[in-house]
Amino acid sequence: MPVETRTRSKDSGLRDRLSHGLEAPICLTWELTYACNLACVHCLSSSGRRDPRELTSAEAMAVVDELVAMKVFYVNIGGGEPMLRPDFFDLIDYAVDHRVGVKFSTNGTRLNRSKAERLATMDYLDVQISLDGATAEVNDGVRGSGSYAAARVAMDNLAAADFGPFKISVVVTRHNVGQLDALVALADHYGAQLRVTRLRPSGRGADSWEDLHPSDAQQRYLYEWLRDRPNVLTGDSFFHLSALGEPLEGLNLCGAGRVVCLIDPVGDVYACPFVIHDEFLAGNVRDPGGFTTVWRESDLFSSLREPTSAGACASCGSYDACRGGCMAAKFFTGLPLDGPDPECVFGHGADALAALPGSELPRPAPDHSAGRVPVRLVSRG
Amino acid sequence: MACAGSTERVSSPGDATATLPEAFDPDRPWRLHRQVALRDESFGALAYHYGNRRLVFLRSRILVELVEALESFDSASDALDAKTTPAQRASYERALAGLAASEVIDAR
Repeated sequence: MPVETRTRSKDSGLRDRLSHGLEAPICLTWELTYACNLACVHCLSSSGRRDPRELTSAEAMAVVDELVAMKVFYVNIGGGEPMLRPDFFDLIDYAVDHRVGVKFSTNGTRLNRSKAERLATMDYLDVQISLDGATAEVNDGVRGSGSYAAARVAMDNLAAADFGPFKISVVVTRHNVGQLDALVALADHYGAQLRVTRLRPSGRGADSWEDLHPSDAQQRYLYEWLRDRPNVLTGDSFFHLSALGEPLEGLNLCGAGRVVCLIDPVGDVYACPFVIHDEFLAGNVRDPGGFTTVWRESDLFSSLREPTSAGACASCGSYDACRGGCMAAKFFTGLPLDGPDPECVFGHGADALAALPGSELPRPAPDHSAGRVPVRLVSRG
Repeated sequence: MACAGSTERVSSPGDATATLPEAFDPDRPWRLHRQVALRDESFGALAYHYGNRRLVFLRSRILVELVEALESFDSASDALDAKTTPAQRASYERALAGLAASEVIDAR
């Protein structure tokens, strides 16, 4: 068949072609600011303080112009907390007016009733409210005191504004995996959609990984749970679990630098949102030629699009299913990139971790953590 | 965060805006859906539907040309006759039926 109308796929031909890169990313994450009023212990970008070098409004709109020319269909906007940018609405209006769809992630603390009503009027816009537990106890343990209540207020505001089906976005941890059914019920209560993604040892997640990442038994439970619930979105992030049997929904490959990348708040372009580190820095949107040249010509992205070796995974019969898992998870736990994922479902990653010499791990950088306990949140109506 | 160009959709069971796509009738006139954008790629093209947020891979250059040509023919059959060989025709007709099911093309 010359056409693929869905992407739940073991289709190695398509995956090989995508691995060689595309004219433009399918899925581009754009973090608008490192400023954040929360200090989640697993923050992938170690956010907290705004960086004085962040893109100006004019520079950000020039990035949108490039995305239009490259025919990027949509961007995933995050941060930091993107709604803290004073020009947040100017930027998303500019993007959707130019037919670059916007999906943005927010902690909800700034999503009051009037902003919810404004968002509800926009086409090509999806909202994801981050929530890492079905109860304040579990959520606030990761995202900070008051964050559960604030997220619920934001959801109430979206519902009251008749926004439609927004998303509740959950990073799966050892503490909330038992609440997945309750999270489905919460999403159903709002007519929302549940989205669950994988925890990575990136940013401040490097320090909380040991305490938060799911156990082997929880991973097997999660795989079966996802298999039974194809309507739960995953952003393709659990493809390492596909080694357990039939593949999960999605392309089941690491898209870093191939179909995915990150533009950070200062314009630096990384291979994916989970590898904010010099090793995976491809260039900057302020460079001559802009983002387009970084995407199409950078040495880093060119090398990521070369055929990869299965390395230590070559002898495993499941390599074609999981492709060795997540590059970021390997890098920040000190594992070689051509070997098993630290959460390999067959335990090969755990064995490799145990065999590592006690050398220093790569530190996620830059770090924009505020280095203080965030002020207690005030709920806004 | 997506790892590999996810096809996350906003339509869900109970979504009042979700409508059933029309069955593909090759004798009717068709066109690229007004909410779909195409982007050329080495393997053919990517199609993105801004309404249902679905991403679809058009995996041959001929298919892309066929989809783009639909609007200038009185029926999909006429477009198939013009753009494919007799040996290719049946598989491209099936491909168009698949694209109708995912609302990349719609009857005009």
